[in-house]
Amino acid sequence: MTTTTEPLRREYVDGATAIVRGAIDAGCTFFAGYPITPASGILMAMMRELPKVGGVAMQGEDEIASIGMCLGAAMTGAKAMTATSGPGISLYSENIGLAIMGEVPLVIVDVQRLGPATGGATTVAQGDIQFVRWGTAGGYPMIVLAPSSVPETYGLTAKAFELAERFRCPVFLLTDKEIAMTLSAIDVDEYPEVGVVERVEKDAGLPYAWEPSDAVEPMRRYGEGDPFRLTGSTHDEGAYITKNAEKVGALNQHLIDKIEQHRDEIEIVDADPDPGADTLVISFGVTAGAARAAIARLRSEGIPTSGLVVQSLWPIPETALATALEGIDRVIVPELNMGLYRREIERLAGDRDVVGVNRVDGTLITVDEIAEAVR
Amino acid sequence: MSTITITPIATFRTDDPYPFCPGCGHGPILDRLNEAMIKLDLDPAKVVIVSDIGCSGLSDQYFTTSAFHGLHGRSITYATGVKLANPDLEVIVIMGDGGTGIGGAHLLSAARRNIGITVIVMNNLNFGMTGGQHSTTTPEGGVTSTTPHGNLEHPLDICATVGVNGAAYVYRGSSFDKDLADRFVAAMTTPGFAMLDVWDLCTAYYVRSNKFTRAGMEESMRSWGMKPGLLYERQVTEYATGYRAAHASIAGTAVAGVRPVPVEYAHTLDRPMSLVVAGSAGGKVRSAARLVALGGLRSGLWAAQRDDYPVTVKAGHSVTELWLAPNEMPFTAVASPDVFAVISADGLAKAGPYLSAMTSDGLVLTIPDYADLVTDARVVVIDPKSAPKRIPKTSLGLVFLSAALTLTGPYPMDALRDAAGAGSFSEVNLGAIETGIGLAAR
Repeated sequence: MTTTTEPLRREYVDGATAIVRGAIDAGCTFFAGYPITPASGILMAMMRELPKVGGVAMQGEDEIASIGMCLGAAMTGAKAMTATSGPGISLYSENIGLAIMGEVPLVIVDVQRLGPATGGATTVAQGDIQFVRWGTAGGYPMIVLAPSSVPETYGLTAKAFELAERFRCPVFLLTDKEIAMTLSAIDVDEYPEVGVVERVEKDAGLPYAWEPSDAVEPMRRYGEGDPFRLTGSTHDEGAYITKNAEKVGALNQHLIDKIEQHRDEIEIVDADPDPGADTLVISFGVTAGAARAAIARLRSEGIPTSGLVVQSLWPIPETALATALEGIDRVIVPELNMGLYRREIERLAGDRDVVGVNRVDGTLITVDEIAEAVR
Repeated sequence: MSTITITPIATFRTDDPYPFCPGCGHGPILDRLNEAMIKLDLDPAKVVIVSDIGCSGLSDQYFTTSAFHGLHGRSITYATGVKLANPDLEVIVIMGDGGTGIGGAHLLSAARRNIGITVIVMNNLNFGMTGGQHSTTTPEGGVTSTTPHGNLEHPLDICATVGVNGAAYVYRGSSFDKDLADRFVAAMTTPGFAMLDVWDLCTAYYVRSNKFTRAGMEESMRSWGMKPGLLYERQVTEYATGYRAAHASIAGTAVAGVRPVPVEYAHTLDRPMSLVVAGSAGGKVRSAARLVALGGLRSGLWAAQRDDYPVTVKAGHSVTELWLAPNEMPFTAVASPDVFAVISADGLAKAGPYLSAMTSDGLVLTIPDYADLVTDARVVVIDPKSAPKRIPKTSLGLVFLSAALTLTGPYPMDALRDAAGAGSFSEVNLGAIETGIGLAAR
């Protein structure tokens, strides 16, 4: 018997690069964005790389123009992405609503930074958790994916494109300054397989359907087949503006049901249960690094601890959370905000203790802080 | 030989009557647009009418073309996206004067870019749908529901604004112009950005509040110095077409992909090692740490680095936390570094938490100025001035990291030399590495 040692295949790379690669490998052909720290690396790389695959990358005159161009391009056959940080998401707000109402697939990357307003441009935070969920009028469902490592960033970027097409809606990839900009050694064989996301299209007929209410009609494309319409106003299946209560009610119920009735297709978590554990650490994004390290240390000290890294933050992965909570008495939720995701866990945790480990000072939560909360 | 008779499309209008007020100019303007599309014999499936919000925003529903009815002031951005994705489409924006205010930046940028869309501004000098409020084009003195005592603002000259900023075709006229359809034809067939500022009467509000008439409108244009007619016409490269031409040479070339680092050396670590460099922005601290990480990868190590710096580019602090690890580890912050290099005043200002967390196992490298800094760690002072050659500020980070690696030996220095040799500024960096090795040996 012979043994061979595979040569090490590692690269030194940041998350922004993984986002660009994941998008292009998933078939992204249009990008528009406006410079903003810490998301500018994605804009610059897209300007450089996207023309190579025949795509178009634009620097808009502002964030509003950038997402607007994405919506126009997406309805003309392109798979579109934009990237910004909290201040830019504020300006995206109205067009996020239009993407929901017009059922336009779009991937929106939020590279979170600290605080309201200009905040800390070069400072890590996880304060947009609820903002991206509720960031436009009406309170409609939002799909939000949050990677915690470079390989996950690559895979979830592609997954965001897949879900945007599947449900014809905007999908957030929620990252942060460290996920986007921290360089790390990655075994290149750890990247998940990603294929081009194919758009389901048709070239005639009504652009929308909501019977049954979770139906997702194939996309139309400007310039192909019969003329068709899109509107941001309440509309019928032909996108003609209406105030007919029955039509309006069916439209809005459809916008909810097409996602809510298919939560199982969206749930993504990395569950690491420990059979003897009565404590569960729930984490996401950059904080998952320290959580995973803390769990490994606690186990080496003989303290059983379960872990759950949530990658599909919204809709809340209730099935996976219920499973992870079985046999658990205490839940630790570390996050770089003052408990924005913890409130969702508290809602599902019944009478279990739910304890936050929180920071809003721009420094990362440490392994010690999480381990101490578990002990 | 047979003759094929082509019958142009008779109308691009639906059968529905317009929803506009009696006497409103919007209907006649849309009729002229319909005539223009008939003259051009357009394929309705290749036309996208992008409408704004307000009364003008109702327009698209009365045409058999494709349509995009979006948000207020943003119509030009959607139209730009459509045109960029498919330059072969005829993209027409129908907006009101309101849109030129809230979407002013888009109007200006589209003109500068010369994106190949035709923008028709149905300019009735006020907000007609929401109650007759004043807009960017309301004349000075004009009475509206929000300027009940007369407008104090100067009206926006839309044509001049887009005209002086590069637009290919700029026309000002009114809904009464007999040749308006021909103007639309000219605008649509001109490559680049075309805008037509078409004034019309808002019979619900502006006409009533200002006793405004067709004659008054034409007199107003003259008296305010806003000339009617074709104001700008220039040969330009349409943006979406120009974008493709400008990138044709790189189309089809390989996207920057994965390039594994070759592993040719062996490391000596049996547990993770953390190094922190605290220096100044502009001092290439991050680049130096990156080389040290790449040297680690060349020795079979894992690595990760977190960079911290203010928003200023070449001013303020630059602190990099670097992990070198024998096994894959999740990324975490460095609380107590094994090695800490403090190389400038900016760095010292950030050093407190690291210094106080370090134990006697730790190693601090610093310059003579900070020889007395307080920490439990072992302090080694390195004097850059004792180097045989003057060390530029931009090399200090790599000099100190090279010295740190020499003193701690996580991997062979040849791995670092290879990493530097394979990268940018290799000569300078290789020099800095040798300087660091030399200083550590003293």
